[in-house]
Order: sequence, then structure tokens, then C-alpha cells
Amino acid sequence: MKNLIGLLAGLLFGAGLTIGGMVQPQKVLGFLDLAGVWDPSLAFVMGGGLLVAFPAFALARRRDRPLFDLAFQIPTRNDIDKRLIVGAVLFGVGWGIAGYCPGPAIAALSALHPATLLFCVAMVAGMWLQRRLMR
Amino acid sequence: MQIIIDPYSWLLGLAGGLLIGLSAALLLIGSGRIAGISGIAGNLLFERGPDRGWRALFVLGLILAPLIVGWLRPELRAAAPTVNAGMIVVAGLLVGFGTRLGSGCTSGHGICGISRLSPRSLLATATFMAAGFVTVYLIRHLPGLA
Repeated sequence: MKNLIGLLAGLLFGAGLTIGGMVQPQKVLGFLDLAGVWDPSLAFVMGGGLLVAFPAFALARRRDRPLFDLAFQIPTRNDIDKRLIVGAVLFGVGWGIAGYCPGPAIAALSALHPATLLFCVAMVAGMWLQRRLMR
Repeated sequence: MQIIIDPYSWLLGLAGGLLIGLSAALLLIGSGRIAGISGIAGNLLFERGPDRGWRALFVLGLILAPLIVGWLRPELRAAAPTVNAGMIVVAGLLVGFGTRLGSGCTSGHGICGISRLSPRSLLATATFMAAGFVTVYLIRHLPGLA
């Protein structure tokens, strides 16, 4: 059942990213370009996501366990550390250069653009490097 | 600052966002997991264990769905970044390294983390958005760089 949920959730997520325009880096950069001709569309993607996810997390708080597993695996940390901030800054800079964040980059692989594949290879290398250096 | 007024694009954005929220809700209520893409992808590649199956299928769905949507609506098809190959490599490395170091990206912090009012996620989201705004400003509007 968890596998089926995984597949369904992936399909929904990929469809949402595509319909919302997140898989088009030029549109994403248009959203990040406050000083130019600003395209606010992606704020609606975020708003739509929160509109559903917010009540879902509220519901989860009132349940002891999810439907098909023994326990919720939800992060519990509340401390602010340097890694969180430095990581977010590095991510934001990369996002602003290419216009891809991880979800759209992976979703866009299906279009078989060489540049998308190159981005994903570099992204995986970055994830690997982080593991190697930080453990 | 000029704003593009395009209600159709906003409606598509809202519809896409609702689907993303539905995906996060399904994964949470069904399996008790957070729909954070950098975590799902990173753990799929580098961790062993019982969660590999659903993570692989999630990524499969994530890749397949845009094909279906793009087949129905060609104007929504996924596009590639337009910067040169060197910049793509730098950007990819930063996104991969940064999301793992900061424990999340636009989905895990931006959607799921804000939904549970996590102070870490609120701060991370504000930070990567600000870094994105500044980066695009420097690339597009700073004389000499553009």
C-alpha cells in the first residue's frame, strides 16, 4: 500500500509541478525577478499547495498514526543552526541561476533535454558531496 | 517593477499547487511521510532500507506525470534551463549540496514545513527565496554582469 501511495503521490506532485509551470525555468526566474517584469504565478502554486497541505498536517496532529504505517515520521527539530541557513542560501543561489529546484529538475527529466540531465547529474553530485564532507 | 497580469496563468498555478498539496496530504495521511523531494531523492540514492520502494515509485511518478500532462497540453511541457553548461553544473551542485545541508527544499520546507509552522522551515524558506531574488537581481540587473 505504501508503494501505491508513493506512486500516486509522485504522479500528483509531477502533474502539479507541470500544470503550475514550475518545470519551465524561465517562468520560475520570472517569479524570482522582482526588479524586472514580475510573474507572480508561482506564488499561486505555493498558495494552492498550502491550502491543502495545511489542513492535512492539522489532521495528522489529531491522529495517532497514518493509515498504512505504524507512526508518522515528521521532523521534530526546532533549533536554528548554521547548516540550515548556509544550506538554504546555497540552494537559493543555485535556484536563481538555473531556475530549477529539485522537484521540477527531476520531473523535467522526462522531456530528455541534455541540459536537464546535466543539472540532475550535478545535483546528485552535490548531494553526494554533502554526505561525504559532512559526516 | 512591472507585474504580468495573467489570470489564466494564476489559475493554472493555483490548480498545480492544489495537486502538489494533495500529494503531500496523501503521503502524510497514508504513509506518515513528508513530501520533500530533496530528501526523497537523496535518501533513495544513498540510503538502504524499507523506504526505498515507495521512494523509487514516487520518483517514477514524478517523472511520468509531466509526460502525460505535456501530451494533453503541449504548451505546459517541461523546458530546460537556458544558461550555459558551466552555469548549469554550478547551479546543480549548489542545489544538491544546499538542499541536503539545509535539510530540505521548496517542497519539504516550503510546503510541508510551513504547513506545520516549523520555525526551521519558515526561516529556511525565507532564506532560499531571498537568495533566489538576490541572485536573479545580480545576474539580470547588475550592470556588467548581465
